[in-house]
Amino acid sequence: MKQFIAFVRKEFRHIMRDNRTLLIILGMPVVEILLFGFAINMEVQNIRVAFYDPTPDAFTTGIAERIRQNSYFNYQGNMQSMEEMEVAMRKGKLDLAVVFPQNFQESLVHSGKAAVQLLSNSSDPNRGSISATYATAIIASFQQEHTKLIQIPFQIQTENRMIYNPLMKSSYMFVPGIMGLVLMIICTIMTSVSIVREKERGTMEVLLASPLKQGTMIFAKTIPYMVISFIDFIIILLLSYFVLGVPINGSLLLLFMIAILYINLTLSYGLTVSTLVDKQVNAVIFSAITAMIPVLMLSGMIFPIDNMPLVLQALSAIVPARWFIEAVRKVMIQGLGITMIWKEILILIGMTLFLLGVTIAKTKKRLE
Amino acid sequence: MIEVKDLYKSYAKGKVNALNGITFSVEDGEIFGVIGPDGAGKSSLFRILASLLLPDSGIAVMNEHDVVIDYRKVRQIIGYMPGRFSLYQDLSVEENLTFFATLFNTTIEENYHLIKDIYQQIEPFKNRRAGALSGGMKQKLALSCALIHKPEILILDEPTTGVDPVSRKEFWDMLGRLKEQGITILVSTAYMDEASRCDRIALIRDGKFIASDTPQGIIENYADILWSVEGTRMSALLSALRDYSAVKTSFAFGDKIHITVTEGLQVGELRQYLAEKKFDDVRIAPIKPTVEDCFMALTSE
Amino acid sequence: MKAKVIEVSGLTKKFGNFTAVDHITFDVKEGEIFGFLGANGAGKTTAMQMLCGISMPTAGAGTVAGYDIIKENERIKRNIGYMSQKFSLYEDLKVWENIRLFGGIYGLTDKVIATKTDALLERLNFREERNTMVKYLPLGWKQKLAFSVAIFHEPKIVFLDEPTGGVDPAMRRQFWEMIYEAADQGITVFVTTHYMDEAEYCNRVSIMVDGRIDALDTPAELRRQFNADSMDEVFRQLARKAKRGD
Repeated sequence: MKQFIAFVRKEFRHIMRDNRTLLIILGMPVVEILLFGFAINMEVQNIRVAFYDPTPDAFTTGIAERIRQNSYFNYQGNMQSMEEMEVAMRKGKLDLAVVFPQNFQESLVHSGKAAVQLLSNSSDPNRGSISATYATAIIASFQQEHTKLIQIPFQIQTENRMIYNPLMKSSYMFVPGIMGLVLMIICTIMTSVSIVREKERGTMEVLLASPLKQGTMIFAKTIPYMVISFIDFIIILLLSYFVLGVPINGSLLLLFMIAILYINLTLSYGLTVSTLVDKQVNAVIFSAITAMIPVLMLSGMIFPIDNMPLVLQALSAIVPARWFIEAVRKVMIQGLGITMIWKEILILIGMTLFLLGVTIAKTKKRLE
Repeated sequence: MIEVKDLYKSYAKGKVNALNGITFSVEDGEIFGVIGPDGAGKSSLFRILASLLLPDSGIAVMNEHDVVIDYRKVRQIIGYMPGRFSLYQDLSVEENLTFFATLFNTTIEENYHLIKDIYQQIEPFKNRRAGALSGGMKQKLALSCALIHKPEILILDEPTTGVDPVSRKEFWDMLGRLKEQGITILVSTAYMDEASRCDRIALIRDGKFIASDTPQGIIENYADILWSVEGTRMSALLSALRDYSAVKTSFAFGDKIHITVTEGLQVGELRQYLAEKKFDDVRIAPIKPTVEDCFMALTSE
Repeated sequence: MKAKVIEVSGLTKKFGNFTAVDHITFDVKEGEIFGFLGANGAGKTTAMQMLCGISMPTAGAGTVAGYDIIKENERIKRNIGYMSQKFSLYEDLKVWENIRLFGGIYGLTDKVIATKTDALLERLNFREERNTMVKYLPLGWKQKLAFSVAIFHEPKIVFLDEPTGGVDPAMRRQFWEMIYEAADQGITVFVTTHYMDEAEYCNRVSIMVDGRIDALDTPAELRRQFNADSMDEVFRQLARKAKRGD
């Protein structure tokens, strides 16, 4: 136990004496929150939208009207044919086309189901997917109101994830994403680098030649980063609540629990990386490529997962941040309880155990 | 006591043979020096003995603990100092020492008597970060850290490489005092002149011991006739000597040239030959070989 | 009287209030083998960096290879060679690739490089190692090759920083024979070493203590001055005066 404490103390000293790194790991969440919150406007405005509605009825005109009224959209007119629509799209005159099937109302009333097709201009994939998401949300809210109104259960098939974000502010989307990103960077890169540094500087040789157990060392290595990343988590939470005005609708305790699970997972990943590389540079590159980029691209932080091709959707399932972000969104924004996130929790725990297993199997008690 | 038998070690799937069958033993309280150039296999040997590498075959036992099977026990009784400076540069002198003491479940106070001699020299700088110390001081700190748990066996891999002659001499004086405390010391070096500070030495080259004895014994086993030649115009003198058929080898040794000659050659004959070549002021005398002469003789075969 | 290829006076380098090099004044003549000795931390490395034009002196002036060390340091770099124990060649490049790389860095044409490479490998008896990765060469060979590469562009001066550390005794002597050959061709050799027998091989030796040059003369004259049998003893007497923490 004394060994353990001495080791943890040593690790804290390393961190505290490296002012530049300390500044980065504590300043990063602040910068990212402010950057995403103010500088990078994830909101898409002035979406040029057109409709194709072969058989107009009360529902389709109602939906079209809703979209036209919304300030994010800029109505371009009704198209007379799919061909006309495609031409306009190809010429870059449209961002989004809403296509109603024939006899929309009829099929809705009879089968309780109908699909609206949303065609987004993918020359700017981000703008396109966000436009589609906005439209989806509007349709969903329309459906909800009418379900209450006419007392018949029916379903317009579209994604309704933004129903809990009536203002459609993008900060609701990215705050959980930034949490996922920052924790991943700190835990994975910092832990792997701190272990690999010992290999590179030769101190690992001395540690190995001592009675210190490998397990003690590895566990002790993670403690400081656990503390720091938890502090970062709280910084992000405070900033997003007070500065960006993102509500915390669910249980704070549950939120902390998810954070700790995720931190453990990312720490485990950092340990795994450290068993695979021998140089600090490689540790950084490896962590960045395998941890950071997937968080940015595949976690749903920026690009909605439902808009991804199936292959990427499948790939996103092994990105830990995806499950963390989903869990945080559910608890923080939607205010759901633990019963609604048991799947995410189990996946996070499972991934952690898997990575720890790999680390233990790969950890050497000798130099080679 | 260290017992090593038939150690073999290769790297890169057998492409590089680091150790080619090494056998030796070191008595308790002995200073045993492994002497040879870089790349001869010194570090591989020491890492195996410190339980940090697995040998391909062979046995190594440190005070009755096998380095492969009882590696945990071995790690408790040895103090190991790797070839390059391996302490935490961003921790202070005192923090480093305290850390290593705790690692071995002991405290600085408990074994202070052991390191007192060495540590006192760096104690005035105990709040300085290790990275800001000069070469000699780093060495002293590293030795203190390797000693703090009162090891039975000290393994020092090239502790004096890149260290100036004065600091090197001090370092060996410290080892002498540790030996008096009963610690067995295994040390490697590329400096041949340090051989005389060991009780016994082994000369290593290409992963093999080419000789193993007391420094005196090694010198007595020297088979050639060795002369020293002194004069001016050393470079020209060296080539003149190499042109003379009765001179077998000739190498510069500081301000002198050491030559080995065929039996029966008289000093006068050589002097005459050199005088013909306009080297008038040479001093020639038979001399006792140094360990370096022995190493060169053994490796030229 | 041979030309002076290094001439410095009052050369000083301070880091904050620490004076690493303290007003050193000396000169080195063309074709001379100049030994630059000193204890660890005496300021050798800093002094050498200033001479090579990679560190700006705090005070003092001088010329190296005929160029001003303050104003013309880029020109100095083109006219010197440098080799150290720590870094000399790229380990993961082949022998000929290293030669071509360094030849290219110093602006030699491909044709010149090709001819000179053949001659160099011939001289070192290295023909068969042409395509060997440098990391597979024994240390002694590596250092010999590194030295050849450092003088490949026929510099006026070559700086050698502990070139023979850890090299086996016979190789060490072969290395010094190469140094003599280079000196005979008129290349000035500026060398640091911790082997005191090697100090004897130099034409003149300077010994630094606490940032100053405390002794500078031929090895024989130094031994006489200090009433010592060997350079080792001369060095010890001087180093004992050092006040700097080690």
